Formats: sequence, structure tokens, C-alpha cells
Amino acid sequence: MEKKHKTPAVSMNKTTVNNLITYGIVIVAFVIVQIVNATGNMSSLMTGLLVPICIYAIMAISLNLTVGILGELSLGHAGFMCVGAFTSSVFSLSTQDALPAGIRFFLAILVGAAAAAVAGILVGIPVLRLRGDYLAIVTLAFGEIIKNVVNVIYLGKDETGFHFSTKNAMDLNLSENGMVIMNGPQGITGTPKDATFLAGTILILISLVIVLNLIHSRTGRAIMSVRDNRIAAESVGINITKYKLMAFTISAALAGTAGVLYSHNLSALTATQKNFGYNQSIMILVYVVLGGIGNTRGSMIAAVILTLLPELLRGLDNYRMLIYAIVLIVMMLINWSPKCIEFRKRHSLKRLLGKKEVA
Amino acid sequence: MALLEVKNLGISFGGLKAVDDFSITIEKGQMYGLIGPNGAGKTTVFNLLTGVYKPNCGTIFLDGENITGKKNIEINRAGIARTFQNIRLFSELSVLDNVKIGLHNGCPYSTLAGILRLPKYFKVEKAMNEKAVELLKVFDLDKEMDYKASNLPYGKQRKLEIARALATNPKLLLLDEPAAGMNPNETAELMKTIRFVRDNFDMTILLIEHDMKLVSGICEKLTVLNFGQVLAQGPTTEVLNNPEVIKAYLGE
Repeated sequence: MEKKHKTPAVSMNKTTVNNLITYGIVIVAFVIVQIVNATGNMSSLMTGLLVPICIYAIMAISLNLTVGILGELSLGHAGFMCVGAFTSSVFSLSTQDALPAGIRFFLAILVGAAAAAVAGILVGIPVLRLRGDYLAIVTLAFGEIIKNVVNVIYLGKDETGFHFSTKNAMDLNLSENGMVIMNGPQGITGTPKDATFLAGTILILISLVIVLNLIHSRTGRAIMSVRDNRIAAESVGINITKYKLMAFTISAALAGTAGVLYSHNLSALTATQKNFGYNQSIMILVYVVLGGIGNTRGSMIAAVILTLLPELLRGLDNYRMLIYAIVLIVMMLINWSPKCIEFRKRHSLKRLLGKKEVA
Repeated sequence: MALLEVKNLGISFGGLKAVDDFSITIEKGQMYGLIGPNGAGKTTVFNLLTGVYKPNCGTIFLDGENITGKKNIEINRAGIARTFQNIRLFSELSVLDNVKIGLHNGCPYSTLAGILRLPKYFKVEKAMNEKAVELLKVFDLDKEMDYKASNLPYGKQRKLEIARALATNPKLLLLDEPAAGMNPNETAELMKTIRFVRDNFDMTILLIEHDMKLVSGICEKLTVLNFGQVLAQGPTTEVLNNPEVIKAYLGE
């Protein structure tokens, strides 16, 4: 009898519970890490990995919004991370003497996110007119363009204000007390190391709240309707351009915050192929695909595992990348093969606890 | 004043005049049928009315408002909703969410209110849920509201599309071959539903259909299209007995 009187409240509770589980996983992981850390059982290698794990988890959550919820393949996501990293670094360096560390880092996050959001809008306006493969190719190009533009910017600061050049550091004409902030391909050195595991965890939680609440709201439904059927979405009065751009911008802003963590975790920040190039973008896409397209929690977990994996396999030396590839393939099979899905359903936790599966 | 007044509507694709000199007047509360052989331009007329295509010539007035050449989302807001010949649902979303997307413009709250879960979010979402369930009940879909839309059987998918269109609170509902692919029982049930919608929602309906039983059963007036041009127009029985219509479409 219960089943017949299903009200929407029930289904809303289900998503709420699901979201709470996701937040819970993050908090539990944080607590475990803190305990291990406090008892002194963590290697220095692992300690160094904590912030990068947060960075890639946020990137995965962010890209999942574009790929899974909006349904557009973006291959330039590292570009937005790059924008967030450099703008926030410039901000932190130029206000280093004026602001206390806590407030400065908080503002740096906002600056990085805002700058990446602006970049998202600027890139999104032309790019979102395209669809499918074409969109992927153009975002790939934009990601590279952002990285290369950053590499030719020289920026300095002295008493008279900011100086800007695209030639070289000498061309900035700084006074004696002046300081070169951005030094072209040499990037930025001396960014304060403000990023901590705590800050990273809080940012993961904030990103999760934003994305999960967005998905289960009016706006999220509109975004998913564009993904599922563009023509039908227009026929019921959904402004598809607006919602596409909105999802893309929020996604870019989140990537920007990941960039802020990145730049405030390193003393020397340069835009290279390895950190902000397409390799990075594709790596993030791998997290999303393996974690499940449209599955925010899954892509976050995949990001954590795949960031840890190469380091954990370091002992295997030359075979490291080989085993990494095998693990990727095995994960993909376990996640997506119909037989495995069936097996998981049959042996799910709910089933074991004696509850009946809801169809 | 008539609810929909279309005068001399025309569009051509390259050298092909897909619709030529098309005029139609639909009164409020009327059940109007648009019939004709395959390729006659019926769906093109729908696409012109809903702003998917921009007409080359002619005017469209809805309830006294000129909607010629407007974008499809503006036309939906002005009060025309439609279903599609090949069903277009939001297949990965739940049945309930499909209808709630139809309610999108009628129940606004800001994106920020949604992300921060402000009181307005809960208030509007609750109202949306109630409205959506009410609509689903009309179409006997309320038991399936948590199903993924693509998991519904075919007949119910058709119904869900009508429910979604009605959720946008239109003045005029366009149904593109609602009975396509249905068996006689489902068609009979659909006729009942369409009548119910007309009476209870105070709706004006224009439908394209090949099933003559359905057309003669519920339509009050008909327009017959052939090669993009109006072949006959008038009360249903009169049109169906028109010798030219029989020759071009129904078969002698």
C-alpha cells in the first residue's frame, strides 16, 4: 500500500539523502586523514599530495557539470584553472603586505573564481554555438590559447601602480623598489603558500553544495533539459543559450577555485604543457568518465583515486604507467559493463540489508 | 475575435514552396484538425506557428497579438505549446521532472535561491510539485512519476508529452500526430483524454492526424493540405465528403 501513495516528498528525500552521503564521504575522509596525520603515520609524499587531491576533486566536480549535466564535451578545462591560478597569484602577491593571510586567501579565491567565470563567459559565447565534436575541438584550442597568452604577459608593480608588457621584464620600466609579479614564461614566483588541506576540503564541500543544489533546482532541470532534447526544451520556453552559458560559467568558476588552490600550493607557478595544457584537461576528463558522466560523487572519488595511484605505484618503477593503464581499463569495465552493473545491483547494500530495490 | 488568425502564410526551402498561401482561423475552445497526405506541409505549418521556422510571408495573430517571426521561446510564452510527431521527451529525467520543466517559466525563482536553498526555493518547489502531480493525475501518470521518461511505454510517453505541453499554460495546444503508432484501444483512450483536456483546461486544440476515426470523432473543423496548399476547409463532415479531398487524400 505504501508504494501506491508515493508523493514527490519521498523522491526529494532520496536525493537529499544521496547528497548528504556525498558530503559525509568528504568529511569522513578529512577526519581520517587528520587522525592519520596526527598520529604521525603519514609519509611526507602523502602529505604533499593532500592539496593536489583536493584540486583534482574540484576539477572533476566542475567538469562533470559541463560534461555530465550540460552534456557538452569540454577539452579546455585546464585553461580556466590556469586563469584562476594566475589572477589569484597576482592578487595575493600584490596585496601581500596589506592584508592578513586568512582574508587575503579568501579574497584570492573569490578573485580567481571571478576571473575564471569571466573567461568562461568570453569563451562560452562563441563556443557554445557549436555542438559535439566541434565544441570539443574549439574548447581544446581555447585552453591552449589561454595557456599561451599567460606565457607572454609581463606584469610588475611599483609605487606608481601596475606596469604591463608583452615583450620582456625590462620593458616594464619599474622603479627601483618595483617588483616583477608575472615574468612571462618564468611565471610567478613567491606566491604565499596559503592552500591547506582544510581549505581544500572546505572548497570541495562548497563546490559540491553548489553543483548538487544546482542540479536539483529549477535551473538544473533546465540545463538537463537542454542536454536531453534541445528542440523540446525550446518548445516549452527554455532559453537554451542562457542555461548553457550559465552552466559553463559556473563550471569555469569552480575550475578557477581549483586553480587558486594550485597556485597557492606552489612557490613557483608556470604555465606549461604539463599543468595547464591539454594533457591536464584530458586527465580531468578521464576522472569524469571513469567516475560516471553525470555522477558528481563518482567523478570526485575517481579523481582522488587516480591522483593517488601513480604515487602509490611509484615503487614499481618502470612498470608504473603500465599498471596505471591496466587499472584504468579495469575500473572502466567494473563501472560500466552491463554484467558488472547487474552484479552490483544484485549484491547492493540495500539488498543485503533486506530492503527491496525500488524500480 | 478568433484565438488564432493566420493569413497567407508561406515558406519556401530553395525552390520548393513547402507551404503556400496558408490561412486559418481558429475560435477559442475549438477542436481543429489539419490533415493531408504525407509531405503536404502539415508539420511545416506547426513549425511556422511555433517559430521553429520564420515565414517568408504572411501573418500570425494569437489572441490579437502579432507573433509573426518571433522566436520559439517567445511564442511559447505568448501561449502556443506543442507536441512532436517523433516523441521528444527529456529521456534521462524523471516523469515528474519532465512536467516540472514545462512549469519552468510559470514558477520562477532565481538560480541563487536554488543553490543557497532559500525559503523561496522550498515554497516554489512545493507548489511546482503539487501542480505537476495534479497534471500527471489527469493523464493517469502519477504512479509512474519517479520513472525515467524513456522507460515509459509508448502510449504513456505520448501522454507525458501532452502533459508537459499543458504545463506551460498555453492558450493553444498543437498536437502533431498524437495517435501515431497507437493501437485502436489506445487511440480511443487518447480521444477521451483530448476531449477531457479541451473541456477541463478550457483549451483550444489544433491537431495533425492520419487516423480518420480520431479526426472525424473529435474535430469540429478541418483544413486539408495538399502540396503545401489548402485544398479544402470547413466543418468536418463537409470536408470529408468533398470529392477533391477524397481524390487527393482519402482514396475513392
